[in-house]
Amino acid sequence: MLNSIIQGILLGGYYALIASGLSFMFSVMRIINLAHGSLAVVAAYALWVLAEKFGIHPFLGLLIVLPAMGLIGWALQRFVLERSIRSGALLPILTTFGLAIVIDNLLFEQFGADTRSLAPYIGSLSYDAFELPGGFYVGQLAVLTFAVAVVMLGGLQAMLSFTPLGRAIRAIAEDPDTAGLVGINASRVNALATGLAMITVGVAGAFLAMRATFDAYAGAPQLLFAFEAAVIGGAGSVWGTLIGGIVLGLAQALGAQIAPQGFLIGGHAVFLAVLFARLFIPGLGFSARVRSLFRRST
Amino acid sequence: MTLLVEALDVRHGQLQAVRDVTFSVAKGETVALVGANGAGKTTLLRAIAGAHPSKGGRVLLDDQDITHVPAHRRVGMGVALVPEGRRLFAQMTVEENLLLGRFAGRAGDWTVERVMAAFPNLEKRLHAKAGTLSGGEQQATAIGRALMSNPDVLLLDEVSLGLSPLVVDRVYASLEGLMEGGTTIVLVEQDLTRAMAVADRVLCMLEGRIVLAGPTSELTRDQVTEAYFGLHRQQGAA
Repeated sequence: MLNSIIQGILLGGYYALIASGLSFMFSVMRIINLAHGSLAVVAAYALWVLAEKFGIHPFLGLLIVLPAMGLIGWALQRFVLERSIRSGALLPILTTFGLAIVIDNLLFEQFGADTRSLAPYIGSLSYDAFELPGGFYVGQLAVLTFAVAVVMLGGLQAMLSFTPLGRAIRAIAEDPDTAGLVGINASRVNALATGLAMITVGVAGAFLAMRATFDAYAGAPQLLFAFEAAVIGGAGSVWGTLIGGIVLGLAQALGAQIAPQGFLIGGHAVFLAVLFARLFIPGLGFSARVRSLFRRST
Repeated sequence: MTLLVEALDVRHGQLQAVRDVTFSVAKGETVALVGANGAGKTTLLRAIAGAHPSKGGRVLLDDQDITHVPAHRRVGMGVALVPEGRRLFAQMTVEENLLLGRFAGRAGDWTVERVMAAFPNLEKRLHAKAGTLSGGEQQATAIGRALMSNPDVLLLDEVSLGLSPLVVDRVYASLEGLMEGGTTIVLVEQDLTRAMAVADRVLCMLEGRIVLAGPTSELTRDQVTEAYFGLHRQQGAA
């Protein structure tokens, strides 16, 4: 039991990692990026190609892939999202949904149906474990994932709280019209913010590929987990995302204890419970946020 | 000439809010824009600040045409608007609101400390969320935020709106230093007595047009009131 709790918390670190970019984009630009999971898979394939064809270790490959993901984010905002959000909140959802389908099928065309993994390229990190007092074992990769999630979310929070870019991002989130009047170039700042979000997606893609296998259509389940973690954590709060990830991980780990199929069902059940509580019990903060999302479209 | 507005037309959809407005403001001058509600004062200021696109005419800043320059770049060129209703970022602290003014990257000597010196009532609220401030403190923060961008031209839209007379006195006392310090100011003010007391020149707007303009020293309160309500026109028709 205690073992499942420990494993569940560590798994939550991975969910927080994939959810961070999604909730960051939602809180800053009110955009729900349905291509989120597919873009993580793009980063995973990029790292795999670098490792397989050029023998570049995945950690070194990140030095190439993360800046590239940042550029993809910048371009995504500049050329796709900025145009589509002008027509209301629904259009970016449809646009990114379409983008996800395009990306998935392009990946399938290029890489076929074989499942891939970065595990063979990271040596013993993929299976080594630390022994905890009490005879528990935790995977080194899982601990690393959790640590990276905490550092990345902490970095995002610090950036938002203490840097001029962070202040500008928060100002635009609150009142874009007035942000322009104080001299903030909203389209430039939003493009930078999306670039940052895509860098976190690149990191998430790397851990997706290191901890398990992936294929061209692996994006959709990742999006689902990211979405669930973001909603449980109260989409839009950085530390809430970490808590949301941990709750989702715990629910899955404990669900698996109850029944073999309980892993996914446990996660979905907690997600739905939190979702309905937020929608129907006022004061939990979510319903106002959802309402504000739809008010923008009218 | 610091600011020159030439035959400016601004529309809100079908409604033409500003019609063929021409005026200029010299460096260091304080110009008051008066007029009834709906006369187009706020729209005119927003068009000068770039927050509202103009349909025709030109806006020039130091002989440079800025008619099609977006709002955020005009701040960098030295035009700052204190918008109607303050429009502070309520979730951010006073200090963060002030620091946002620096984002345009314009060189100058305005700092958070100097804003505190100009508005001493903000000193102890520096780390409070802007949404928790009193009306007077919010107005001071909004003016301070505009000043932090080191503007050449400061546009003030109804700084006294919703404030008690005592607080308005305090806000204007702080502005006096700026006016004497050579900042060019265009202000919208409902209170005619106050507008005529602080401004070098008065522009009176009616239904989108400037119907009366002149130095405050040469205009009487009655003349401005007549223009304000469009009385001279009604008399002409009768």
